[in-house]
Amino acid sequence: MKLLGLLMVSAMAAFAAGEVVLIQNADIYPMNGAPLKGGSLLIQDGKIVDIGAKLTAPKGATVLEGKGLRVYPGWIDSGTELGLEEIGSIRETNDTGEIGDFMPQLKALSAVNPDSEHFGVVRVNGITTAIALPGGGGRGGGGGIIVGQAALLHTDGWTWEEMEINRSAAMVLNFPSAAGRGGRGGMPDFPDMVPNASGADARRAVLDQIAKLNAFFDDARKYKTAKAANLLDFHKDLKFEAMLPVIDGKMPLAVNASRAAAIHDAIAWSEKQNVKIVFLQPREVAKAGPELKAKNIPVILGRVLTLPENEDAEYDEGYTQPFEAYKAGVKFALGTFTNEFVRDLPYQAATAVAYGLPHDEAMKALTINPAQIWGAGDLIGSLEKGKLADLMIVDGDPMDVRTQIRHLFIKGKEITLSNKQIRLYERYMSRQ
Amino acid sequence: MKKLILGALLALEPLCADTIVIQNATVMTEGPKGIFKGSVVVRDGKIVDLGEKVMVPAGATVIEAGGQYLIPGIIDCHSHIAGSGSINEGSVSVSSMVNIRDIINPDDIAIYRALAGGVTTANILHGSANSIGGQTLPLKMRWGKSAQELIFAGATPGIKFALGENPKRAGNPQGGGRGAAGAIQVGRYPATRMGVEDVIREAFNDAKAYKVEWDAYDAQVAKGEHPIPPRTDLKLQALKEVLENKRYVHVHCYRADEILMMIRAADDNGFKVRTFQHVLEGYKVAKEIAEHGAGASTFSDWWAYKIEAIDAIPFNAALMTKKGVLVSLNSDDAELMRHLNTEAGKAMKYGGMNETEALAMVTINPAKQLGIDKTVGSIEVGKDADLVLYDGFPMSDFAKVQKVWIDGAQYFDRDKEVAAQAAKDAEKQQLLDKEKAAHGQQSTRRPNQ
Repeated sequence: MKLLGLLMVSAMAAFAAGEVVLIQNADIYPMNGAPLKGGSLLIQDGKIVDIGAKLTAPKGATVLEGKGLRVYPGWIDSGTELGLEEIGSIRETNDTGEIGDFMPQLKALSAVNPDSEHFGVVRVNGITTAIALPGGGGRGGGGGIIVGQAALLHTDGWTWEEMEINRSAAMVLNFPSAAGRGGRGGMPDFPDMVPNASGADARRAVLDQIAKLNAFFDDARKYKTAKAANLLDFHKDLKFEAMLPVIDGKMPLAVNASRAAAIHDAIAWSEKQNVKIVFLQPREVAKAGPELKAKNIPVILGRVLTLPENEDAEYDEGYTQPFEAYKAGVKFALGTFTNEFVRDLPYQAATAVAYGLPHDEAMKALTINPAQIWGAGDLIGSLEKGKLADLMIVDGDPMDVRTQIRHLFIKGKEITLSNKQIRLYERYMSRQ
Repeated sequence: MKKLILGALLALEPLCADTIVIQNATVMTEGPKGIFKGSVVVRDGKIVDLGEKVMVPAGATVIEAGGQYLIPGIIDCHSHIAGSGSINEGSVSVSSMVNIRDIINPDDIAIYRALAGGVTTANILHGSANSIGGQTLPLKMRWGKSAQELIFAGATPGIKFALGENPKRAGNPQGGGRGAAGAIQVGRYPATRMGVEDVIREAFNDAKAYKVEWDAYDAQVAKGEHPIPPRTDLKLQALKEVLENKRYVHVHCYRADEILMMIRAADDNGFKVRTFQHVLEGYKVAKEIAEHGAGASTFSDWWAYKIEAIDAIPFNAALMTKKGVLVSLNSDDAELMRHLNTEAGKAMKYGGMNETEALAMVTINPAKQLGIDKTVGSIEVGKDADLVLYDGFPMSDFAKVQKVWIDGAQYFDRDKEVAAQAAKDAEKQQLLDKEKAAHGQQSTRRPNQ
């Protein structure tokens, strides 16, 4: 929280002499209430300073006529490798997966390349904020248990420091489970019915990993005690230092767990450890729903456009996941978990709407829900006085592929709606 | 002979004798009738009438589709579903002797999932491990039918070529080319784009000599002589068919340089490239592609997954269209295949195609590219009744497929699918319980456990 406060100060400093923009006569969809038709929104010093039926432009303000247009908060993608991975197949361009089982000291943020072409590509589709995950997908190696700290960042900035919203948004944990770490693979229907040696070995391996995980948390707590005691032979340990906010319940664990059994185990474990958790890419949401709801644990759903895991599953299993989460009363946001799909985030959400999710809930899953889940509900995710001016002005339903973005603001700065791909398009259109 | 037997089998199988009228839908025909609100009449598997007002034949099944959209069945110009096991005979640089037709698996669940995404026809291609790959063919997604019955009757067969990273990977020690068991394969030529060009030119050099031999033989036979036939070479036979324009060449490619190379190699050897597949940098050489007369079948917005996809732009389809290239959007992927309709929608967003131009990219354009546009690809009288009904504007993600017909037979119905769900879940639970019980019994019989 202190960190966020500091950030806001620095953001304000950067925009002290910043742009003043008045958007007028636009339909404003704030996400925290009913839309304001034909309203105005005033941006100053990087923030939304006022929203009203008819605001007058301060002296020197740029006025944007919004007649027939709509204003929405920018999208938040809750699971990406933005800035950490450039080209999928080229190892040298991947910084997502480090070596080591317990690596809480690693921070995704400082490995983020602000000049990654991906930022320009996703920005023009309205993605203003993203979670950058360490160890996500394991394409750069990975496969550890605690893989590092996920960063909440803006998709614009000269440096990763300028892009930062929170460098320690969550600690990423691949929860050991019978179906493999993160709950992928294995025998989904008969996890306990495989009477062969490798099954038993696998279960032993899981128990062994959980024992290691518990031991690591025990050690982190001992470290905390030792640090508080200020003993003469106390040595600072970077791994355990990084664990302090987690064991103090200040930083959530973002837990990769897919199956209901793994989700249940992870919840029971988190209660024993007294830590806050949010799940990444759970698959069996319907099954785990009641428990998630009862314990008030949010989830980040993976791609809606994804194949069913089992041959006999319903063809629309992926499409209906968000609706299942909604029906269960679970708080959720969406992530695309692969850089090349980030720009399709709103279309993924639209598919969920086609398969049952109410439109408003889909909008929330890309805006206010993730803002709150990632501890930035007071900064981003809705159009409210005092929040950062992360917003887009569009000519239709923002989840409809036919809709075009006319203006985009990140921290009150108007973003040029161009990128490498648009420049290539213009260049080759002009070829005779 | 084989063709005759196949014909007989198909004749025995009654198509759909019913007459169906789909009425009050917004019909996006992709044909001369454009877009209109009205009806389509289907009889014996064919479209027999369409218009704002039609005569409803007596006894016809009427499907009320008010507020819904009817489009031609989606055609995926690049898919690898419905194959048994590997579709990549990568052990040799030229594998034109192998044929996807021999490994069709009609039980692949991907067929049903594609169907549920509105796909009625898919071009099933060999993999891209070699410069000249195997023979290919389009299938109709007739879920529940045999392998033979999936085959798109009368379609010109194809062959897969591949340029760039994939075919050279096996020859490159740093390329990560690995066998199934993880063993590194070393030394399969080629290892560079130069070598890929050479493999193709060498193969056609041989194929042309082979064709000369056979042409001479055929000429002698025509004169009533009885010469000794040349030796049949299955590898060169497929390339001879390419030279005779009896087999379409579908070329996997990414970069502009290799696309241009392929055009020149084809020009020099006297054949045409039917389609460039993926063709992510096609926009850079759209002029040359159009001049050659090749089609382009691309992804809407995939990029950055490998270095040769670094300059991919989502405007590729629109730009090539504007420059006179016949463009389709394909999937190459069992998941993407399920929503090619929204891939077409992206052509509206990126590059401003109108709805007819955009929808054409997954219907009539791929039909033309595969040479099957006389029977499918648009809603026109006389064409196969391959139709998809959506509950909203079909290129928006807010819409979902409601019903799919192939040859007038309904192969997918969302309402029935949803209604059957509970029964299917119950059946599965029953089987699981049975399995559990059997397993429990088995354990108790073991004395040492």
